Amino acid sequence: MTIRVVRPGFFTTVQDVGRYGYAHLGISPAGAADALSLRIANLLVGNEEHTPALEMTLLGATLEFDGDAIVAITGADCDCKIGQDRVLANAAVEVLAGTVLQCGSLTTGARAYLAVHGGVDVPLVMGSASTSVAAHFGGFQGRRLQKGDVLRVRKHNELSVRALHRGTLDRLYGSGALRVTKGAQQDWFAPEALAKLYSGTYIVSEQSDRTGLRLKGEAMHPRERAELLTDGIPLGAIQVPQDGQPIILFVDQQTTGGYPKIANLVAADMHRVGQLRPRDEVRFAEVTIAEAVQALREQEQWLQEIFV
Amino acid sequence: MRIIPASDSSLLIVFGNTISPELNQRVITLFRAIQARCDPRIRNLHPAYASLLIDFDPLRMTHDELTAVVRQLDNAVSVAVDEGTEVVTIPVCYDVEFGPDLAEVARHAGLSAEEVIRLHSSPTYLVYFLGFSPGFVYLGGLPDILHTPRLATPRPSIAGGSVGLAGSQTGIYPLDSPGGWRLIGRTPLRMFDPEATPPTRLQPGDRMKFAVIDRATFEKMRSAEDRLA
Repeated sequence: MTIRVVRPGFFTTVQDVGRYGYAHLGISPAGAADALSLRIANLLVGNEEHTPALEMTLLGATLEFDGDAIVAITGADCDCKIGQDRVLANAAVEVLAGTVLQCGSLTTGARAYLAVHGGVDVPLVMGSASTSVAAHFGGFQGRRLQKGDVLRVRKHNELSVRALHRGTLDRLYGSGALRVTKGAQQDWFAPEALAKLYSGTYIVSEQSDRTGLRLKGEAMHPRERAELLTDGIPLGAIQVPQDGQPIILFVDQQTTGGYPKIANLVAADMHRVGQLRPRDEVRFAEVTIAEAVQALREQEQWLQEIFV
Repeated sequence: MRIIPASDSSLLIVFGNTISPELNQRVITLFRAIQARCDPRIRNLHPAYASLLIDFDPLRMTHDELTAVVRQLDNAVSVAVDEGTEVVTIPVCYDVEFGPDLAEVARHAGLSAEEVIRLHSSPTYLVYFLGFSPGFVYLGGLPDILHTPRLATPRPSIAGGSVGLAGSQTGIYPLDSPGGWRLIGRTPLRMFDPEATPPTRLQPGDRMKFAVIDRATFEKMRSAEDRLA
Protein backbone atom coordinates (compact mmCIF):
# COMPACT_ATOMS: atom_id res chain seq x y z
CA MET A 1 0.00 0.00 0.00
CA THR A 2 1.22 3.48 -0.78
CA ILE A 3 0.30 7.05 0.00
CA ARG A 4 0.83 9.67 -2.68
CA VAL A 5 1.44 13.25 -1.62
CA VAL A 6 -1.02 15.40 -3.58
CA ARG A 7 -0.13 18.54 -1.61
CA PRO A 8 2.56 18.47 1.05
CA GLY A 9 1.14 21.18 3.31
CA PHE A 10 3.44 23.77 4.85
CA PHE A 11 6.11 21.50 6.31
CA THR A 12 5.47 17.77 6.56
CA THR A 13 8.12 15.25 7.61
CA VAL A 14 8.37 11.62 8.67
CA GLN A 15 9.22 11.40 12.36
CA ASP A 16 9.31 8.89 15.18
CA VAL A 17 10.30 9.44 18.81
CA GLY A 18 13.84 10.49 17.89
CA ARG A 19 17.37 9.31 17.29
CA TYR A 20 19.32 8.79 20.48
CA GLY A 21 22.92 7.75 21.11
CA TYR A 22 24.68 10.00 18.58
CA ALA A 23 24.88 13.39 20.30
CA HIS A 24 28.66 12.91 20.76
CA LEU A 25 28.94 13.01 16.94
CA GLY A 26 27.01 16.27 16.77
CA ILE A 27 23.73 14.56 15.86
CA SER A 28 20.60 15.91 17.55
CA PRO A 29 17.65 13.60 18.31
CA ALA A 30 15.14 15.12 15.85
CA GLY A 31 11.86 13.17 16.25
CA ALA A 32 8.31 14.40 16.75
CA ALA A 33 8.05 17.89 18.22
CA ASP A 34 4.99 16.65 20.12
CA ALA A 35 6.03 13.07 20.73
CA LEU A 36 3.06 12.44 23.00
CA SER A 37 0.63 13.03 20.12
CA LEU A 38 2.65 10.85 17.77
CA ARG A 39 2.57 8.05 20.34
CA ILE A 40 -1.20 8.41 20.85
CA ALA A 41 -1.81 8.35 17.07
CA ASN A 42 0.18 5.14 16.75
CA LEU A 43 -1.57 3.46 19.67
CA LEU A 44 -4.98 4.36 18.16
CA VAL A 45 -4.20 2.50 14.93
CA GLY A 46 -2.71 -0.48 16.74
CA ASN A 47 0.97 0.31 16.07
CA GLU A 48 3.89 0.27 18.45
CA GLU A 49 3.95 3.77 19.87
CA HIS A 50 7.31 4.71 18.29
CA THR A 51 6.29 3.76 14.72
CA PRO A 52 7.18 6.32 11.99
CA ALA A 53 4.31 8.71 11.21
CA LEU A 54 3.80 12.09 9.54
CA GLU A 55 4.29 15.37 11.35
CA MET A 56 2.36 18.20 9.65
CA THR A 57 3.11 21.81 10.54
CA LEU A 58 0.57 24.70 10.43
CA LEU A 59 -1.04 23.45 7.21
CA GLY A 60 -1.85 19.76 6.73
CA ALA A 61 -1.11 17.58 3.73
CA THR A 62 -3.45 16.17 1.08
CA LEU A 63 -2.80 12.47 0.62
CA GLU A 64 -4.12 9.85 -1.80
CA PHE A 65 -4.32 6.27 -0.56
CA ASP A 66 -4.02 3.48 -3.15
CA GLY A 67 -5.25 0.82 -0.74
CA ASP A 68 -7.52 0.52 2.28
CA ALA A 69 -5.88 1.99 5.36
CA ILE A 70 -6.56 2.78 9.00
CA VAL A 71 -5.28 6.18 10.08
CA ALA A 72 -5.45 8.41 13.15
CA ILE A 73 -4.87 12.14 13.32
CA THR A 74 -3.79 13.69 16.60
CA GLY A 75 -2.17 16.85 17.88
CA ALA A 76 -3.48 20.24 16.79
CA ASP A 77 -7.02 20.39 15.35
CA CYS A 78 -6.79 20.41 11.58
CA ASP A 79 -10.17 19.97 9.94
CA CYS A 80 -9.54 16.84 7.88
CA LYS A 81 -11.91 15.71 5.16
CA ILE A 82 -12.44 12.87 2.74
CA GLY A 83 -14.56 14.45 0.02
CA GLN A 84 -17.21 16.39 1.94
CA ASP A 85 -17.03 14.16 5.01
CA ARG A 86 -15.21 15.35 8.08
CA VAL A 87 -12.68 12.92 9.46
CA LEU A 88 -12.80 12.44 13.18
CA ALA A 89 -9.60 13.39 15.02
CA ASN A 90 -8.11 11.34 17.85
CA ALA A 91 -9.71 8.14 16.59
CA ALA A 92 -8.87 5.24 14.28
CA VAL A 93 -10.52 5.98 10.95
CA GLU A 94 -10.84 3.82 7.85
CA VAL A 95 -9.65 5.30 4.56
CA LEU A 96 -10.74 3.38 1.48
CA ALA A 97 -8.54 2.67 -1.53
CA GLY A 98 -8.54 5.46 -4.07
CA THR A 99 -9.72 8.17 -1.70
CA VAL A 100 -8.03 11.46 -0.93
CA LEU A 101 -7.58 12.63 2.64
CA GLN A 102 -7.35 16.37 2.87
CA CYS A 103 -5.92 17.93 6.03
CA GLY A 104 -6.57 21.65 6.42
CA SER A 105 -5.07 24.49 8.39
CA LEU A 106 -4.12 23.74 11.95
CA THR A 107 -6.12 25.85 14.34
CA THR A 108 -5.27 24.99 17.93
CA GLY A 109 -1.54 24.41 17.72
CA ALA A 110 1.42 24.06 15.40
CA ARG A 111 1.57 20.36 14.61
CA ALA A 112 -0.72 17.46 13.78
CA TYR A 113 0.28 13.81 13.46
CA LEU A 114 -1.00 11.26 11.03
CA ALA A 115 -0.27 7.66 11.91
CA VAL A 116 -1.22 4.82 9.59
CA HIS A 117 -1.76 1.23 10.63
CA GLY A 118 1.52 -0.57 9.84
CA GLY A 119 3.53 2.64 9.81
CA VAL A 120 5.24 4.73 7.16
CA ASP A 121 7.95 2.56 5.65
CA VAL A 122 11.26 4.41 5.46
CA PRO A 123 14.74 3.04 6.09
CA LEU A 124 16.03 3.47 9.62
CA VAL A 125 19.14 5.63 9.82
CA MET A 126 21.09 5.21 13.07
CA GLY A 127 18.11 3.34 14.44
CA SER A 128 15.49 6.01 13.74
CA ALA A 129 13.09 7.06 10.99
CA SER A 130 13.18 10.71 12.07
CA THR A 131 14.00 13.32 9.46
CA SER A 132 17.00 15.51 10.19
CA VAL A 133 16.13 18.34 7.81
CA ALA A 134 19.26 20.45 8.34
CA ALA A 135 21.63 17.52 7.78
CA HIS A 136 19.54 15.95 5.00
CA PHE A 137 19.17 12.42 6.32
CA GLY A 138 16.57 10.12 7.83
CA GLY A 139 12.84 10.11 7.18
CA PHE A 140 11.80 10.26 3.54
CA GLN A 141 14.99 11.00 1.58
CA GLY A 142 16.22 13.29 4.34
CA ARG A 143 13.79 16.06 3.55
CA ARG A 144 10.30 17.44 3.96
CA LEU A 145 7.64 15.87 1.75
CA GLN A 146 6.98 17.30 -1.70
CA LYS A 147 4.14 17.00 -4.16
CA GLY A 148 4.28 13.63 -5.94
CA ASP A 149 6.23 11.75 -3.26
CA VAL A 150 5.03 8.20 -2.78
CA LEU A 151 5.28 6.79 0.73
CA ARG A 152 5.10 3.07 1.30
CA VAL A 153 3.11 1.71 4.21
CA ARG A 154 4.34 -1.32 6.05
CA LYS A 155 2.15 -4.43 6.08
CA HIS A 156 0.75 -5.19 9.50
CA ASN A 157 -1.48 -8.21 9.87
CA GLU A 158 -2.65 -7.90 13.42
CA LEU A 159 -5.33 -5.26 13.55
CA SER A 160 -6.17 -4.08 17.03
CA VAL A 161 -7.28 -0.47 16.82
CA ARG A 162 -8.06 1.31 20.04
CA ALA A 163 -10.27 4.16 21.17
CA LEU A 164 -9.84 6.93 23.71
CA HIS A 165 -12.13 7.63 26.62
CA ARG A 166 -14.37 10.56 25.82
CA GLY A 167 -12.88 13.97 26.61
CA THR A 168 -9.62 12.45 27.69
CA LEU A 169 -7.40 14.79 25.64
CA ASP A 170 -9.19 17.98 26.69
CA ARG A 171 -6.45 18.99 29.06
CA LEU A 172 -3.51 17.58 27.08
CA TYR A 173 -1.95 20.97 26.37
CA GLY A 174 -3.23 23.03 29.30
CA SER A 175 -2.96 26.78 29.35
CA GLY A 176 -0.80 27.48 32.36
CA ALA A 177 2.84 28.46 32.49
CA LEU A 178 5.37 26.11 30.93
CA ARG A 179 7.24 24.36 33.70
CA VAL A 180 11.01 24.64 33.87
CA THR A 181 13.80 23.53 36.17
CA LYS A 182 16.98 25.49 36.88
CA GLY A 183 19.34 25.75 33.91
CA ALA A 184 23.00 24.71 34.13
CA GLN A 185 24.11 28.36 34.29
CA GLN A 186 21.20 29.80 36.27
CA ASP A 187 23.67 31.13 38.86
CA TRP A 188 25.02 33.46 36.15
CA PHE A 189 21.83 35.46 36.44
CA ALA A 190 20.88 37.85 39.24
CA PRO A 191 17.52 37.41 40.99
CA GLU A 192 16.16 40.37 39.01
CA ALA A 193 16.88 38.59 35.71
CA LEU A 194 15.19 35.44 36.99
CA ALA A 195 12.23 37.47 38.16
CA LYS A 196 11.83 38.74 34.59
CA LEU A 197 11.77 35.19 33.27
CA TYR A 198 9.17 34.06 35.77
CA SER A 199 6.92 37.12 35.79
CA GLY A 200 7.12 38.14 32.16
CA THR A 201 5.10 37.07 29.17
CA TYR A 202 7.13 36.10 26.13
CA ILE A 203 5.97 35.97 22.53
CA VAL A 204 7.05 33.17 20.19
CA SER A 205 8.74 34.89 17.24
CA GLU A 206 8.35 34.06 13.56
CA GLN A 207 11.96 32.84 13.53
CA SER A 208 11.02 29.64 15.32
CA ASP A 209 11.26 26.10 14.07
CA ARG A 210 12.29 22.63 15.19
CA THR A 211 15.82 23.82 16.04
CA GLY A 212 14.59 26.40 18.48
CA LEU A 213 11.87 28.84 19.47
CA ARG A 214 13.01 32.44 19.66
CA LEU A 215 11.08 34.40 22.23
CA LYS A 216 10.49 38.13 22.45
CA GLY A 217 9.95 39.88 25.74
CA GLU A 218 11.85 41.61 28.50
CA ALA A 219 15.56 41.11 27.92
CA MET A 220 17.63 39.49 30.65
CA HIS A 221 21.38 39.47 30.97
CA PRO A 222 23.93 37.56 33.03
CA ARG A 223 25.54 39.45 35.95
CA GLU A 224 28.74 39.92 34.00
CA ARG A 225 29.59 39.51 30.37
CA ALA A 226 31.62 36.37 30.99
CA GLU A 227 32.01 34.04 28.08
CA LEU A 228 30.78 30.49 28.51
CA LEU A 229 33.04 27.71 27.39
CA THR A 230 30.95 25.71 24.90
CA ASP A 231 29.14 22.85 26.62
CA GLY A 232 26.42 20.29 25.90
CA ILE A 233 22.83 21.47 25.47
CA PRO A 234 19.98 19.46 26.98
CA LEU A 235 16.69 19.23 25.07
CA GLY A 236 14.47 22.16 26.00
CA ALA A 237 17.25 24.36 27.37
CA ILE A 238 16.41 28.07 27.52
CA GLN A 239 19.56 29.85 26.46
CA VAL A 240 20.16 33.56 26.64
CA PRO A 241 22.27 35.00 23.86
CA GLN A 242 23.83 38.47 23.98
CA ASP A 243 20.63 40.33 23.05
CA GLY A 244 19.00 38.94 26.20
CA GLN A 245 16.05 37.40 24.33
CA PRO A 246 15.64 33.75 25.35
CA ILE A 247 15.64 30.83 22.93
CA ILE A 248 14.12 27.43 23.72
CA LEU A 249 16.36 24.84 22.08
CA PHE A 250 14.34 22.08 20.56
CA VAL A 251 14.47 18.67 18.86
CA ASP A 252 16.71 19.70 15.90
CA GLN A 253 18.98 21.82 18.10
CA GLN A 254 22.77 21.89 18.05
CA THR A 255 24.25 19.40 20.49
CA THR A 256 26.66 21.95 21.99
CA GLY A 257 26.60 25.71 22.39
CA GLY A 258 28.19 28.67 24.08
CA TYR A 259 25.35 30.73 25.58
CA PRO A 260 24.35 30.47 29.24
CA LYS A 261 21.27 28.39 29.94
CA ILE A 262 18.99 30.00 32.48
CA ALA A 263 16.33 27.30 32.72
CA ASN A 264 15.19 24.07 31.09
CA LEU A 265 11.75 22.89 30.03
CA VAL A 266 10.54 19.84 31.93
CA ALA A 267 10.16 16.66 29.88
CA ALA A 268 6.44 16.51 30.74
CA ASP A 269 5.83 19.86 28.97
CA MET A 270 7.94 19.24 25.86
CA HIS A 271 4.83 18.30 23.82
CA ARG A 272 3.38 21.74 24.62
CA VAL A 273 6.48 23.42 23.20
CA GLY A 274 5.93 21.39 20.02
CA GLN A 275 2.50 22.99 19.67
CA LEU A 276 3.59 26.63 20.05
CA ARG A 277 2.88 28.83 17.05
CA PRO A 278 4.48 32.12 16.11
CA ARG A 279 2.88 34.97 18.13
CA ASP A 280 1.72 32.62 20.92
CA GLU A 281 2.34 33.94 24.42
CA VAL A 282 4.24 31.85 26.93
CA ARG A 283 5.00 32.15 30.62
CA PHE A 284 7.36 30.10 32.72
CA ALA A 285 7.17 28.69 36.22
CA GLU A 286 9.99 26.96 38.04
CA VAL A 287 9.53 23.54 39.61
CA THR A 288 12.00 21.24 41.33
CA ILE A 289 13.56 18.30 39.53
CA ALA A 290 11.59 15.95 41.80
CA GLU A 291 8.34 17.65 40.77
CA ALA A 292 9.33 17.52 37.10
CA VAL A 293 10.10 13.79 37.23
CA GLN A 294 6.88 13.15 39.13
CA ALA A 295 4.94 15.03 36.42
CA LEU A 296 6.57 12.86 33.76
CA ARG A 297 5.75 9.71 35.71
CA GLU A 298 2.11 10.80 35.97
CA GLN A 299 2.00 11.61 32.26
CA GLU A 300 3.25 8.12 31.37
CA GLN A 301 0.69 6.62 33.74
CA TRP A 302 -2.03 8.78 32.14
CA LEU A 303 -1.02 7.50 28.69
CA GLN A 304 -1.73 3.96 29.89
CA GLU A 305 -5.17 4.89 31.16
CA ILE A 306 -6.68 7.00 28.37
CA PHE A 307 -7.57 4.08 26.10
CA VAL A 308 -10.84 2.21 26.38
CA MET B 1 34.62 18.14 39.29
CA ARG B 2 31.23 19.83 39.60
CA ILE B 3 28.03 17.88 38.95
CA ILE B 4 25.08 20.07 37.97
CA PRO B 5 21.54 18.88 37.21
CA ALA B 6 21.09 20.64 33.86
CA SER B 7 17.49 19.48 33.38
CA ASP B 8 15.09 16.85 34.74
CA SER B 9 16.72 14.38 32.32
CA SER B 10 20.39 15.34 32.37
CA LEU B 11 23.51 15.95 34.43
CA LEU B 12 26.33 18.27 33.43
CA ILE B 13 29.75 17.20 34.65
CA VAL B 14 32.13 20.18 34.65
CA PHE B 15 35.87 19.63 35.01
CA GLY B 16 36.95 23.24 34.52
CA ASN B 17 36.38 26.27 32.34
CA THR B 18 39.44 26.47 30.13
CA ILE B 19 40.46 24.80 26.90
CA SER B 20 43.27 22.38 27.61
CA PRO B 21 44.17 18.86 26.50
CA GLU B 22 44.45 17.81 30.17
CA LEU B 23 40.91 18.82 31.10
CA ASN B 24 39.55 17.39 27.88
CA GLN B 25 41.35 14.11 28.62
CA ARG B 26 39.24 13.78 31.78
CA VAL B 27 36.08 14.47 29.76
CA ILE B 28 36.97 11.89 27.14
CA THR B 29 38.00 9.30 29.72
CA LEU B 30 34.66 9.62 31.52
CA PHE B 31 32.79 9.72 28.18
CA ARG B 32 34.40 6.45 27.08
CA ALA B 33 33.88 4.79 30.45
CA ILE B 34 30.16 5.58 30.37
CA GLN B 35 29.87 4.60 26.72
CA ALA B 36 31.49 1.25 27.49
CA ARG B 37 28.78 0.44 30.04
CA CYS B 38 26.11 0.44 27.29
CA ASP B 39 23.54 1.39 29.93
CA PRO B 40 20.17 1.58 28.13
CA ARG B 41 19.01 4.22 30.63
CA ILE B 42 21.62 6.63 29.28
CA ARG B 43 20.38 8.11 26.01
CA ASN B 44 22.98 10.62 24.88
CA LEU B 45 26.43 11.88 25.79
CA HIS B 46 27.58 15.39 24.84
CA PRO B 47 31.30 15.79 25.54
CA ALA B 48 32.66 19.34 25.15
CA TYR B 49 35.99 21.10 25.92
CA ALA B 50 35.87 20.62 29.68
CA SER B 51 32.46 19.14 30.42
CA LEU B 52 30.25 16.17 29.70
CA LEU B 53 26.47 16.39 29.49
CA ILE B 54 24.71 13.09 30.17
CA ASP B 55 21.11 12.73 28.98
CA PHE B 56 19.23 9.88 30.64
CA ASP B 57 15.75 8.46 31.21
CA PRO B 58 14.65 9.95 34.54
CA LEU B 59 11.92 7.32 34.92
CA ARG B 60 14.52 4.56 35.09
CA MET B 61 17.36 6.32 36.88
CA THR B 62 17.63 9.22 39.31
CA HIS B 63 20.09 12.11 39.26
CA ASP B 64 21.59 10.73 42.48
CA GLU B 65 22.09 7.27 41.02
CA LEU B 66 23.83 8.70 37.98
CA THR B 67 25.93 11.01 40.17
CA ALA B 68 27.17 7.96 42.11
CA VAL B 69 28.07 6.19 38.85
CA VAL B 70 29.97 9.24 37.60
CA ARG B 71 31.95 9.64 40.84
CA GLN B 72 32.85 5.98 40.90
CA LEU B 73 33.95 5.98 37.23
CA ASP B 74 35.92 9.21 37.58
CA ASN B 75 37.85 7.76 40.55
CA ALA B 76 38.47 4.45 38.83
CA VAL B 77 39.64 5.73 35.48
CA SER B 78 41.29 9.07 36.18
CA VAL B 79 44.70 7.36 36.25
CA ALA B 80 44.31 5.72 32.87
CA VAL B 81 45.80 8.27 30.50
CA ASP B 82 45.19 7.29 26.94
CA GLU B 83 48.22 7.94 24.78
CA GLY B 84 47.79 4.92 22.57
CA THR B 85 45.11 6.23 20.20
CA GLU B 86 46.17 6.00 16.61
CA VAL B 87 46.42 9.17 14.62
CA VAL B 88 43.75 9.59 11.94
CA THR B 89 45.04 11.20 8.75
CA ILE B 90 42.75 13.54 6.85
CA PRO B 91 44.06 14.39 3.36
CA VAL B 92 43.72 18.04 2.37
CA CYS B 93 44.24 19.73 -0.96
CA TYR B 94 45.36 23.32 -0.35
CA ASP B 95 44.60 24.36 -3.94
CA VAL B 96 43.69 28.06 -4.38
CA GLU B 97 40.23 27.12 -5.60
CA PHE B 98 39.56 25.24 -2.34
CA GLY B 99 41.40 27.75 -0.17
CA PRO B 100 40.27 31.22 -1.25
CA ASP B 101 41.49 32.69 2.07
CA LEU B 102 44.91 31.05 2.09
CA ALA B 103 46.62 34.21 0.80
CA GLU B 104 44.91 36.36 3.46
CA VAL B 105 45.84 33.91 6.24
CA ALA B 106 49.46 34.01 5.00
CA ARG B 107 49.43 37.81 4.88
CA HIS B 108 47.96 38.02 8.39
CA ALA B 109 50.67 35.67 9.72
CA GLY B 110 53.46 37.30 7.71
CA LEU B 111 54.27 34.00 6.07
CA SER B 112 54.20 32.55 2.59
CA ALA B 113 51.28 30.33 1.55
CA GLU B 114 53.68 27.36 1.47
CA GLU B 115 54.68 28.02 5.08
CA VAL B 116 51.02 28.22 6.15
CA ILE B 117 50.38 24.86 4.49
CA ARG B 118 53.45 23.32 6.13
CA LEU B 119 52.49 24.69 9.58
CA HIS B 120 48.84 23.67 9.26
CA SER B 121 49.68 20.13 8.18
CA SER B 122 52.45 19.43 10.72
CA PRO B 123 50.81 19.26 14.18
CA THR B 124 48.93 16.32 15.59
CA TYR B 125 45.56 17.81 16.53
CA LEU B 126 43.29 16.65 19.30
CA VAL B 127 39.58 16.20 18.57
CA TYR B 128 38.18 17.88 21.70
CA PHE B 129 34.60 17.08 20.73
CA LEU B 130 32.02 17.18 17.94
CA GLY B 131 29.12 19.63 17.90
CA PHE B 132 27.47 22.43 15.94
CA SER B 133 26.40 20.02 13.19
CA PRO B 134 26.82 16.28 12.49
CA GLY B 135 30.51 15.45 12.21
CA PHE B 136 31.79 18.96 12.96
CA VAL B 137 35.04 18.62 14.96
CA TYR B 138 36.49 21.09 17.46
CA LEU B 139 40.26 20.65 17.13
CA GLY B 140 43.03 21.75 19.47
CA GLY B 141 46.60 22.35 18.42
CA LEU B 142 46.56 25.06 15.74
CA PRO B 143 49.95 26.84 15.80
CA ASP B 144 49.60 30.33 17.37
CA ILE B 145 50.96 32.10 14.32
CA LEU B 146 48.04 30.81 12.23
CA HIS B 147 45.36 32.26 14.52
CA THR B 148 43.28 34.49 12.22
CA PRO B 149 40.04 36.34 12.92
CA ARG B 150 36.95 34.92 11.26
CA LEU B 151 35.49 36.61 8.19
CA ALA B 152 33.57 39.81 8.95
CA THR B 153 30.77 38.58 6.69
CA PRO B 154 30.12 34.83 6.63
CA ARG B 155 29.85 33.11 3.25
CA PRO B 156 26.29 32.04 2.45
CA SER B 157 27.47 28.69 1.15
CA ILE B 158 30.56 26.59 1.80
CA ALA B 159 31.18 23.22 0.19
CA GLY B 160 31.26 20.18 2.49
CA GLY B 161 34.85 19.09 3.17
CA SER B 162 36.17 22.66 3.29
CA VAL B 163 39.00 23.14 5.79
CA GLY B 164 39.12 26.47 7.57
CA LEU B 165 40.46 28.58 10.41
CA ALA B 166 38.77 30.96 12.84
CA GLY B 167 40.52 32.45 15.85
CA SER B 168 42.49 29.66 17.54
CA GLN B 169 40.41 26.97 15.87
CA THR B 170 40.75 24.93 12.74
CA GLY B 171 38.27 22.43 11.42
CA ILE B 172 36.36 20.92 8.54
CA TYR B 173 32.85 21.75 7.37
CA PRO B 174 31.25 18.29 7.08
CA LEU B 175 28.24 19.45 5.06
CA ASP B 176 27.46 22.26 2.66
CA SER B 177 26.56 25.17 4.93
CA PRO B 178 27.00 28.89 5.47
CA GLY B 179 30.02 29.86 7.58
CA GLY B 180 32.52 32.49 8.60
CA TRP B 181 35.76 30.53 8.79
CA ARG B 182 38.74 31.38 6.56
CA LEU B 183 38.96 28.60 4.00
CA ILE B 184 42.41 27.22 3.21
CA GLY B 185 41.75 23.83 1.62
CA ARG B 186 39.40 20.92 1.16
CA THR B 187 39.39 17.22 2.01
CA PRO B 188 38.00 14.75 -0.53
CA LEU B 189 36.72 12.58 2.33
CA ARG B 190 33.13 12.57 3.51
CA MET B 191 33.39 13.64 7.15
CA PHE B 192 29.78 12.68 7.81
CA ASP B 193 27.97 9.79 6.15
CA PRO B 194 24.70 8.85 7.85
CA GLU B 195 24.81 5.38 6.26
CA ALA B 196 28.31 4.54 7.53
CA THR B 197 29.25 2.92 10.83
CA PRO B 198 30.35 5.02 12.58
CA PRO B 199 28.72 7.89 10.68
CA THR B 200 31.59 10.30 11.28
CA ARG B 201 35.26 10.02 10.30
CA LEU B 202 36.43 11.35 13.65
CA GLN B 203 35.35 10.64 17.21
CA PRO B 204 35.74 12.69 20.37
CA GLY B 205 39.24 12.16 21.78
CA ASP B 206 40.78 11.09 18.46
CA ARG B 207 44.12 12.50 17.42
CA MET B 208 44.40 13.60 13.81
CA LYS B 209 46.74 15.12 11.22
CA PHE B 210 46.17 16.90 7.94
CA ALA B 211 48.18 15.39 5.06
CA VAL B 212 48.90 17.51 1.99
CA ILE B 213 47.62 16.09 -1.30
CA ASP B 214 47.72 17.56 -4.78
CA ARG B 215 44.73 18.29 -6.98
CA ALA B 216 45.02 15.06 -8.99
CA THR B 217 45.02 12.97 -5.82
CA PHE B 218 42.06 14.97 -4.52
CA GLU B 219 40.03 14.24 -7.65
CA LYS B 220 40.95 10.55 -7.54
CA MET B 221 40.00 10.19 -3.87
CA ARG B 222 36.85 12.26 -4.39
CA SER B 223 35.55 9.99 -7.13
CA ALA B 224 36.40 6.91 -5.04
CA GLU B 225 34.29 8.41 -2.23
CA ASP B 226 31.45 9.10 -4.65
CA ARG B 227 31.56 5.52 -5.92
CA LEU B 228 31.26 4.24 -2.34
CA ALA B 229 28.25 6.45 -1.67
